[in-house]
Amino acid sequence: MASAAIIPERENYLNQEYGIKSWLLTIDHKRIALLYLMSITFFFFIGGFFALLIRLELLTPAGDLVAADTYNKLFTMHGQVMIFFFLIPSIPAVLGNFLVPLMIGAKDLAFPRINLLSWYLYVIAGILYLHCILTGGVDTGWTFYTPFSTAFSNTKVIEAGLAIFVAGFSSILTGLNFVVTIHRMRAPGMTWSRLPLFIWAHYATSIIMLLGTPVLAITLVLVVLERTLHLGIFDPALGGDPLLFQHLFWFYSHPAVYIMILPSMGVVTEVVPCFSRKRVFGYKFVAMSSIMIAVFGFLVWAHHMFVAGISLYSALVFSLLSYLVAVPSAIKVFNWTATMYKGSITFSTPMLYAFGFIGLFTMGGLTGLFLSALGVDVHVHDTYFVIAHFHYIMVGGAVMGYMAGMHYWWPKISGRMYPESWGRLAALIVFLGFNLTFFPQFVLGYLGMPRRYWQYPPEFQVLHVLSTAGSTVLAVGYVLPMLYFLWSMRYGKIAPDNPWGASGLEWMTSSPPPTFNFEQTPVVTWEAYDYANIPAPEEVPIER
Amino acid sequence: MSASSDSPIAVESHSPALRHHFADMEQQKQAASLGMWLFLGTEIMFFGGMFCAYLIYRYWYFNEFAASSRTLDIWLGTINTAVLICSSLTVALAVRAAQTGKRKLTVILLLATLAFGLAFLGIKGVEWYNKFEEHHIPGASFHFEASVPQHPGVPINSQHAQIFFSLYFAMTGMHALHMIIGVGLFCVLTFYAWKGRYGPDYYTPLENAGLYWHFVDIVWIYLFPLLYLIDRKK
Repeated sequence: MASAAIIPERENYLNQEYGIKSWLLTIDHKRIALLYLMSITFFFFIGGFFALLIRLELLTPAGDLVAADTYNKLFTMHGQVMIFFFLIPSIPAVLGNFLVPLMIGAKDLAFPRINLLSWYLYVIAGILYLHCILTGGVDTGWTFYTPFSTAFSNTKVIEAGLAIFVAGFSSILTGLNFVVTIHRMRAPGMTWSRLPLFIWAHYATSIIMLLGTPVLAITLVLVVLERTLHLGIFDPALGGDPLLFQHLFWFYSHPAVYIMILPSMGVVTEVVPCFSRKRVFGYKFVAMSSIMIAVFGFLVWAHHMFVAGISLYSALVFSLLSYLVAVPSAIKVFNWTATMYKGSITFSTPMLYAFGFIGLFTMGGLTGLFLSALGVDVHVHDTYFVIAHFHYIMVGGAVMGYMAGMHYWWPKISGRMYPESWGRLAALIVFLGFNLTFFPQFVLGYLGMPRRYWQYPPEFQVLHVLSTAGSTVLAVGYVLPMLYFLWSMRYGKIAPDNPWGASGLEWMTSSPPPTFNFEQTPVVTWEAYDYANIPAPEEVPIER
Repeated sequence: MSASSDSPIAVESHSPALRHHFADMEQQKQAASLGMWLFLGTEIMFFGGMFCAYLIYRYWYFNEFAASSRTLDIWLGTINTAVLICSSLTVALAVRAAQTGKRKLTVILLLATLAFGLAFLGIKGVEWYNKFEEHHIPGASFHFEASVPQHPGVPINSQHAQIFFSLYFAMTGMHALHMIIGVGLFCVLTFYAWKGRYGPDYYTPLENAGLYWHFVDIVWIYLFPLLYLIDRKK
């Protein structure tokens, strides 16, 4: 399967068939990945639009751009769109879909038709949610807390709940497909200890999707039933218990954070060894830390409820367990750093994003420890400190990783190189814009600015102006890559099969790959990240 | 388990049921089977949310749960349990019949399964209708008065009894929805079985649908004592 000279017209998954039908009825995991890419990009910009409106409103202390009710809807829909329609599917459904079969040497995912079904479920959910947005929106906060959501809110809670219910099944099916594929479809010689760590990360992610998402599904069903039929399960006026809702909701929604961050960690674990020209430090530890994060992730949910009236003793236990999650996370950060140590580092675009990820994720993770400390949490609970913390994880971490991955695998996906200098510029803009947006929010939160308010005391204005300014910079940083990716599809340099001199089976097939991925099923006889035996690319696409 | 490309089946017998991306039928069957078991795992988590709610409220409002439980028709519930267990037997036998290549028997057993499944849903419908007549459906017209089972004369809190019925309808309703999906699934499978698609070489869909059916059955095996048999002793 070694590559010959590249002929642009070589048959691949993109040019084998043309026409809308060949896309909408495709069962090729690579095409489905591109369908997902288009849909989640669409939702990313919708969620981003809401974010910009929020930031504009907060430019001045008075509530002058939108009404209070509208503001409630804006932050609710920003959260729900970004979490359920962008972050959860982002890396798994796009890069995972594209790469899992390629990386393990399979022709496709185990269930190609279920894979397509999961995209259609996503689209149905998306249309439902768009309809909800256009006909009035929803204002419960992304968390749907009861009894507000079941008894008091006058907005489209049912429709939003059903949309997220359906989106959940899309994510369950993706997770199921990945687990079965990783267990059953590996090429000969591709043992568990030779799997790329991207695969380990996706395996851990899929476990969370499989075990967590159904709980969210039933919780949303119960919310909808309580709202429509007045089943009294969560409403205290009917004898129910709102804390039960919070427990069930966070049982999914805390592990969901790891659905967002674990795949990103997987991407970084591919990018760092490649651009350091070194085998990843401590392969087994990195692999096991993914699994440990998935397991611990299920045992910490009540740290969202420290001030909700749970017992002090259970709070103590959950606080301790939350600290434990920091251990596998730190293992990863230390191992990436150790991988780079004495490596031959190239500052390419994916590597810049990976650097950004490591720094910002560390910030986000450490402030997470502040929040899992019971006393500090009482002070900063429901303030901008929390907002800043989880944006450092989700935007600084998850989205940075997604961008790193998109750049790293773009030559494989599209067969074209993106313009490197624009790429680096965008990475820099995103990093600066991100910090300008969210660092002031740590300070704001610590000073007492509560979340979900559209007005604030004038003394907070300077910090809010900084944050709003940052968000516009960040927006530029996100629009740029979309433009040059589109540009590169037509005008970019033709990508060689392995432009980075990277290890991994996905680089041994052509760019873009043929429909069935490999001419022959590969037989793996080498260890993962064998960079000692892989020459750096002869024609280095970028200067060192 | 991954090194399956050297299996002789792959080269020689290209079963028409072999999908393009699998090396051989064995790999395909194993993948489908693992997929089904994982799906059932997600189903356990799905029902788990309701069982968790049940656990908490039964602990809090035990007297109301006991009093409400007594209004359920234990005979219809018992008959339904028997009906469902019979349907699981016929499914298991149908899979066996397909494995041994008995097409007619497979179809007959699948039809029997469908009949049992529909009978269950019918009886469940009667029970729900009775609850409707008795105003035991949660909501504005809910009405329930009883006394604490062990202390006649001490009235129970009817709002808390409403939670029992909320859970009763949510759990049996969700279970019935799974039954309806199962019946639809078996309609399709019966048709294919009649067409002769399944035999000793290829019966994975039947086996997996059977697993699903057994799962739905097991959920009921838990629901029945939890809902019908709370504190029934005299």
